Amino acid sequence: MSEQTSAEPAPDVHPGAESGPAAAAPELPPAHRPIIEVEGLGKSYGSIIALTDVTTSVRAGEVTCVLGDNGAGKSTFIKILSGVHEHTHGKFRVDGVERQMANPRAALALGIATVYQDLAVVPLMPIWRNFFLGSEPTKGWGPLRRLDVTGMRRTTRDELAKMGIDLRDVDQPIGTLSGGERQSVAIARAVYFGARVLILDEPTSALGVKQAGVVLRYIAQARDRGLGVVFITHNPHHAYPVGDRFLLLKRGRSLGDFAKDEISLDELTGLMAGGAELAELTHELKRSGEATTRPVA
Amino acid sequence: MSAVVEAGDERVASSSLARRLLVKPELGAFIGAVVVFVFFAVQSNVFRSASGIANWLDPASTYGIMSVVVALLMIGGHFDLSAGVMLGTAGLTTAILTVNFHLVVWVALAVSLAVCLSIGFLNGYLVVRTGLPSFIITLATFLALQGLNLGITKVVTGTVQVSGIDDEPYYSGPHAILATQVTLFGQQFYIAILWWVVFTAAASYLLLRTRFGNWIFAVGGDDSASRNVGVPARRTTIGLFMIVAFGAWFVGNTQLFRLSSIQSSAGFGLELTYIAAAVIGGCLLTGGFGSAIGASVGALIIGMTGAGIIYAGWDNDWFKLFLGAMLLLAVLTNQVVRRYAEQSRR
Repeated sequence: MSEQTSAEPAPDVHPGAESGPAAAAPELPPAHRPIIEVEGLGKSYGSIIALTDVTTSVRAGEVTCVLGDNGAGKSTFIKILSGVHEHTHGKFRVDGVERQMANPRAALALGIATVYQDLAVVPLMPIWRNFFLGSEPTKGWGPLRRLDVTGMRRTTRDELAKMGIDLRDVDQPIGTLSGGERQSVAIARAVYFGARVLILDEPTSALGVKQAGVVLRYIAQARDRGLGVVFITHNPHHAYPVGDRFLLLKRGRSLGDFAKDEISLDELTGLMAGGAELAELTHELKRSGEATTRPVA
Repeated sequence: MSAVVEAGDERVASSSLARRLLVKPELGAFIGAVVVFVFFAVQSNVFRSASGIANWLDPASTYGIMSVVVALLMIGGHFDLSAGVMLGTAGLTTAILTVNFHLVVWVALAVSLAVCLSIGFLNGYLVVRTGLPSFIITLATFLALQGLNLGITKVVTGTVQVSGIDDEPYYSGPHAILATQVTLFGQQFYIAILWWVVFTAAASYLLLRTRFGNWIFAVGGDDSASRNVGVPARRTTIGLFMIVAFGAWFVGNTQLFRLSSIQSSAGFGLELTYIAAAVIGGCLLTGGFGSAIGASVGALIIGMTGAGIIYAGWDNDWFKLFLGAMLLLAVLTNQVVRRYAEQSRR
């Protein structure tokens, strides 16, 4: 039902490739100014508490990493930020104004865009069609209202180039791109459509080492353009190099919200794995490893 | 593309031409059409004469109009098994309302259109609402319409056909639009051939140059992904079923005004021919890929084959065998293309 009202996701007419789309979202604040601040944020579904007492901020030109194991509450957290779920406790401020986000469209209007793991791309469609999917620019009137194909192709190529993405051909089906490239196109798309805060849901989890590096570079690229980035991952080695702020979640609780100078990679990894648990596991694996290798040797 | 050449990317040249051609859904159908034409033209003089051409363009045109709209639906990821019998429903509605209830032909046509669009809407609505495969939903519609067509015709007329629409007032108007013949090169051609071209051009434009067309590809390619980026997936799907219904209305009434009578079984079994034409034309059964021109050429192949077999002096029974072989070949080709298009180069 909500679909009926949400058919037009963006303004129909884009003024042109140079100036970008006529985004409804407010201007980007200067670097290091918070765009999103959450305080004591929580979400419960009836009697089940999915997330409780989370405090952090997302600042312009900075990367906030959300780390946690499976079931830590990462996805609940990003669903609140992206407007899929409404929070039940705490404060959620955007540009200093307290908000209760009813749907993803409300979040988008404030410039909060989410790139999901499935990337929301259609594999068999050309890159340029995917880039504008759902927000296609048109020209002409009435029955002659048609896609601005040349503009779409050019804008796609230009926007990808701005992100430092070098593509062979915007006409190829997006499914022929590598995982990292596809991720990058999805990021470029969100940026072009007026995202001020980019939420990336596990963008590196399914990728090899090299491809993950490619995506991390684009995250840095988006950060350098002044966007606030929320980077969800369970890999501290991916988070630490690009992150400015680290929010650690475990079983729906916050283990802390650290600025980069407050925590080292080792501490981060230790916290992630649950410190003592990891030590125990290391010990256990070592013994069983010795036991099994002995007969072979 | 010139733009790519401007960018001066040395990696483009090697793969581009082959890729471009392979990724064109209608390429196989074009080659097939040429092969079929040459094959029968060699076998029979009549096949390549003006009267022969008029003879095989005629079935090709009505198959073509329907195949094009069915192709749009298939690109959108759905089937409509009721597309054939709905054509009967359309013609019967117009005929009964005019002949038995003495409505003005134009009004009867409007009611018939409303009936078809409602059935199309119902098909689409049930599919998006229940999430059941459109194959099942439209199988139900297919059976229901088949029963309704026969039942209502028998109740109203006492027979299994409605005839005599040519005695009704205003008959000549719609007849001129739908069923007149035009003389070209000393040979009479049905106007449906022109409408076939118009439908194909309009559907291609819709698919490739409008937002709705972009959404058709998207919904068929990945329904949930397209929803996530704000494509109105439900409206798109329902719209596609209504486009098929519109096509059925057009072709059903074309048949009615040509013969000035219509059987209650009209259109039965044709739904699979339309799907076959769309698939021969490069539509994937799984959606998200295909073209209107391809489906149109697919229908041309079917039309040429049907007539060609008779002109070549063979038994008409071989027609279906030939069709089956064509279809299999087309599906195998499609599969290769799809794999190629989806393959990731990691």
